[in-house]
Amino acid sequence: MEFSEHIKTANVEDVVLRQPLHPPSRGTLCITGHHLLFSDREEGSSRQVLLLLRNIDAIEKRTSGSSGTITIKCKDLQVLQLDIPGMEQCLNIAHSIETLSCLDSVSEMYPFFYRPADLSLQDQWGLSSPESYYSQMKELHGRWRLSSVNRDYSVCPSYPPAVIVPNSIDDDTLRKVAKFRQGGRFPVLCYYHRKNGMVIMRSSQPLTGANRKRCKEDELLLQAVIDGSDKGYIIDTRSSQQAQQARMTGGGFESKSCYSHWKRLHRQMERGKALQESLIKLVEACGDESNNMDRWLSKLENSKWLSYVQTALSTAGLLAECVERDGHSVLVHGSEGTDSSLLISTLAQLIMDPCCRTLDGFLALLEREWLQAGHPFQQRCAHSAYSHTRLQQESPVFLLLLDCVWQLWRQFPLALGFSEALLLRLATEVYASDYGTFLCNSDQERCAVGVKDKTHCLFQALLRPREKDYYSNPLYEPTELAIWPSVHPQSLQLWRGFFLRWTQQIRHLEEAQEEIRNMVIEWGKLALS
Amino acid sequence: VIPVENVRLLDRSSGQRKASVGTLYLSATHTIFVENNPETRKETWVLHSMVSSVDRPPSTPSGSQLVLRCKDFRVYQILVPQERDCVDVHASLVRLSRPEKYSELYCLSFNPSVNKEEREASWSFIDLMADYKRMGVPNNLWVSTTVNNEYRVCDTYPSELFVPKSASTGVIVGSSRFRSRGRFPALSYFHQDTLAAVCRCSQPLSGFSGRCQEDELMLQAVMKSNPGSDYIYVVDTRPKLNAMANRAAGKGYENEDHYTNIKLQFIGIENIHVMRSSQQKIIDVGEMRAPSMSDFLWGLENSGWLKHIKAVLDAGVFIARAVADEGVSVLVHCSDGWDRTAQACSVASILLDPFYRTLRGFMVLIERDWVSFGHKFSHRYAHLDGDPKEVSPVIDQFLECVWQLSEQFPCAFEFNERFLITLHTYIYSCQYGSFMGNCQKERRDLRLRERSHSVWPQLWKDRSDYTNPLYQAEQSQSQGVLKPNTSPFYFKMWKGLYNHVEKSVPPRQSPADYLSAVREESQQLEEELTNHQEVAPGGTAHQHQHHQPGSRQGIQHNTPPPPPPPPTNLEIPPV
Repeated sequence: MEFSEHIKTANVEDVVLRQPLHPPSRGTLCITGHHLLFSDREEGSSRQVLLLLRNIDAIEKRTSGSSGTITIKCKDLQVLQLDIPGMEQCLNIAHSIETLSCLDSVSEMYPFFYRPADLSLQDQWGLSSPESYYSQMKELHGRWRLSSVNRDYSVCPSYPPAVIVPNSIDDDTLRKVAKFRQGGRFPVLCYYHRKNGMVIMRSSQPLTGANRKRCKEDELLLQAVIDGSDKGYIIDTRSSQQAQQARMTGGGFESKSCYSHWKRLHRQMERGKALQESLIKLVEACGDESNNMDRWLSKLENSKWLSYVQTALSTAGLLAECVERDGHSVLVHGSEGTDSSLLISTLAQLIMDPCCRTLDGFLALLEREWLQAGHPFQQRCAHSAYSHTRLQQESPVFLLLLDCVWQLWRQFPLALGFSEALLLRLATEVYASDYGTFLCNSDQERCAVGVKDKTHCLFQALLRPREKDYYSNPLYEPTELAIWPSVHPQSLQLWRGFFLRWTQQIRHLEEAQEEIRNMVIEWGKLALS
Repeated sequence: VIPVENVRLLDRSSGQRKASVGTLYLSATHTIFVENNPETRKETWVLHSMVSSVDRPPSTPSGSQLVLRCKDFRVYQILVPQERDCVDVHASLVRLSRPEKYSELYCLSFNPSVNKEEREASWSFIDLMADYKRMGVPNNLWVSTTVNNEYRVCDTYPSELFVPKSASTGVIVGSSRFRSRGRFPALSYFHQDTLAAVCRCSQPLSGFSGRCQEDELMLQAVMKSNPGSDYIYVVDTRPKLNAMANRAAGKGYENEDHYTNIKLQFIGIENIHVMRSSQQKIIDVGEMRAPSMSDFLWGLENSGWLKHIKAVLDAGVFIARAVADEGVSVLVHCSDGWDRTAQACSVASILLDPFYRTLRGFMVLIERDWVSFGHKFSHRYAHLDGDPKEVSPVIDQFLECVWQLSEQFPCAFEFNERFLITLHTYIYSCQYGSFMGNCQKERRDLRLRERSHSVWPQLWKDRSDYTNPLYQAEQSQSQGVLKPNTSPFYFKMWKGLYNHVEKSVPPRQSPADYLSAVREESQQLEEELTNHQEVAPGGTAHQHQHHQPGSRQGIQHNTPPPPPPPPTNLEIPPV
């Protein structure tokens, strides 16, 4: 295997591992192409720790005399420490970790080698697609059609091959519209509200530019969306000033004069670098050991993370309100339409649609709205909060989504069919995984490297009976009602389960969840007897 | 002028967005507002003793305003059409909400429908001596003393106390003369596992160089009563600077050169004045209408409130660690030994002993470290019109510490948040005699046992409302010493107490209520099953079919839990 060139020392004896929630232990350390493996050699214990190298965000090495210490900071926020005898061995291990943890080639990543006994590569891949969504939604069939204009990804490289568009708009028109939207992301349907027939569309920004270019086909498409209704809303996830400025670089917005039936609402959402920096600051604050309350609250405020959670939930609430309460269709976009647009359309669907709140339904929603909709996971999740490397395209948008979903789950503990454990699992898997699900940046890229043929699907794995049990919410009670989150600052909390995940205190909360599960199971048994 | 008609009332705390029109009445004990709407005729009762302030902001074109702020942090806005009526109502309310004499207190007129025997029995519901017995006291280390019979040595202490066996009466009395208000070292909690004890007292009257042989002997005696250790901790819960400043007034702290075998530890809980103003700030944070996240977090930081809560919890953690992990006894004091000392000792007990984490145990704990040891309830919670500088949320902070702990250990406490909030209300409302006065002697002189009722049996009767469904006595969190993490990350604003604005949004789902229902139904089913099996042994599953339990949907969990019974409207004739 070509990984071997990066491994000068594969085995070290007598290594001490320090890990949160465990006493230090002494044993053997092994490094392979994808893993660090530590086996405890203490009397009467046979603990093994297997760590995916991909999960390592940053390492720090310190040598003193003849031995060295490597501190490993993981993308799931765990921090480990290895005391390694022998300076050379220590440096070799550190070098291997540094190189192997950020290999660029997708097809060399672990999901392509992971072959668990109870899964087969022939198993079905994925849970949902625009095709299946369309065929399930009979109500769509009159006014909407499934277009395969993007079957070879030529119209929009970040879209899936099939998309749902108004019936009256033909593929030629779509091609023209795609040229008028950044990255070819023309408006497509992502949600149909059964109660009133209104829809959520998403796209990227129109390329109006400085001289206010128009595109007749684009206007036609949007007109076809509201067909018959008096108006629609456009939720632009930028401030109106930002949208104005975007025109200087060829982007822009839908002007009142050209889209007279559409009302634009601007809600500024943070994205990109600012979001990544916010995460870094928050994680740093959570590691502050000064034990000083003022300092903590000031750092929490300064990180702005909770403000971003608040904005995301309130914008999603606005979107859901337009559709559910005001009874109008909405188009969502920001600039590229691959980040904050997906964030709020996902949250709005959770708020309004009970089908998205089951375990299966939620995973299917993620598949449609994030994987197929072309959220660039590989770029966004290349590094997490500990990395020292210069930021490129990293941004924890998906993590922000999980945090927002957790807030919903906390405010409506009975309304969601899945547990906090699922959100935590996803937060880990999205950064480093045995499964192929979150690899690459788009459906096209995943196709090109054969993700669906050569790796296993996380979502399918999560739905195996035992796992499904674990990730289900024992208190789940389906409700047809919309779940309107409170976005008052006091109603939003730090997601301790994630940010303080590796502390004893979180174990107590997990015990409580376990207790709840047992009570409900007990009750179920009694009710049956 | 009273009743006043066409009054508008806005009660944001209970979710009202628009004012309702109705008639305002004032009774001897309550402000009563009755809605005009013939369909609902909703009544709002506000106990005068719960009102902390009545303000009259400038009039508006539609009338004159009154703002009632209550001790449970509710706010009522009232609009009276005629200015003259408003002035009258204001004047009456100011008078009624600030009783000057104990005889005006609500607990003396409050008369639930129980007979004399029941009332008398209510006062023996909590038996402190039985709890000392449970701890294994008296024993060959700690004995009961009669030195404070008739409150001769210390008038703010109870008459029954436990002291080190080796402490003679002379030593106790001498020590008491050297302690602020005569509050000599006495036993608060005895930890059977390590034989270490938590003792409490007030500051020594040492000044810069004063000493007292009996007091030094007294501390020696405390040490000797713990065979496992050759020193004790003296925990001064004040910031060191404050303790030093006290020396100028002839008070201060123990000089380690004079007392052998003590280790002095300062904790740094701020004084009652700092706490009073800090709480006002957190109340303001709770009342902010639509703050941004930054405003909110800034307000939280600026109030300093969580910092103070953390300090109190840290004090308890220090004591519990010394007693349980090191097996060293601790003597706790602050200035007078009735505020910070009560907080620190009771938090330590909660951490050390699972019994105090049960419903009944918690009542015992409050009765011991707060009521019996002489916490100044009437001054701190403004039961009577008096010096506003004496008012301070001391027990609020203790209750909040317990709430913060219950957030860290959801399975460790038998009672729930509602119990803590209800208790908070009763402490302020003067409805029961339990929290009247400032010490045992005062309550005896007022003959409260004959003239009022104890709160505990009432709370016990309603215990199903106050039970935490996740609590199980045999669960690991419920047992042994609780070891909380007091890093700042684990503290949250206590929304249930301070935020009334948010309660106005539609009721939130509560897993606890759901689980209580689940648990209740499980118990019922289990009982039915047992009964059934007794009737028909060897019966098959088919026989149980007629016991079809309600479907899960049948459980009423979405309705908001019944609010704690408002301590109102029992004996007031309908208006």
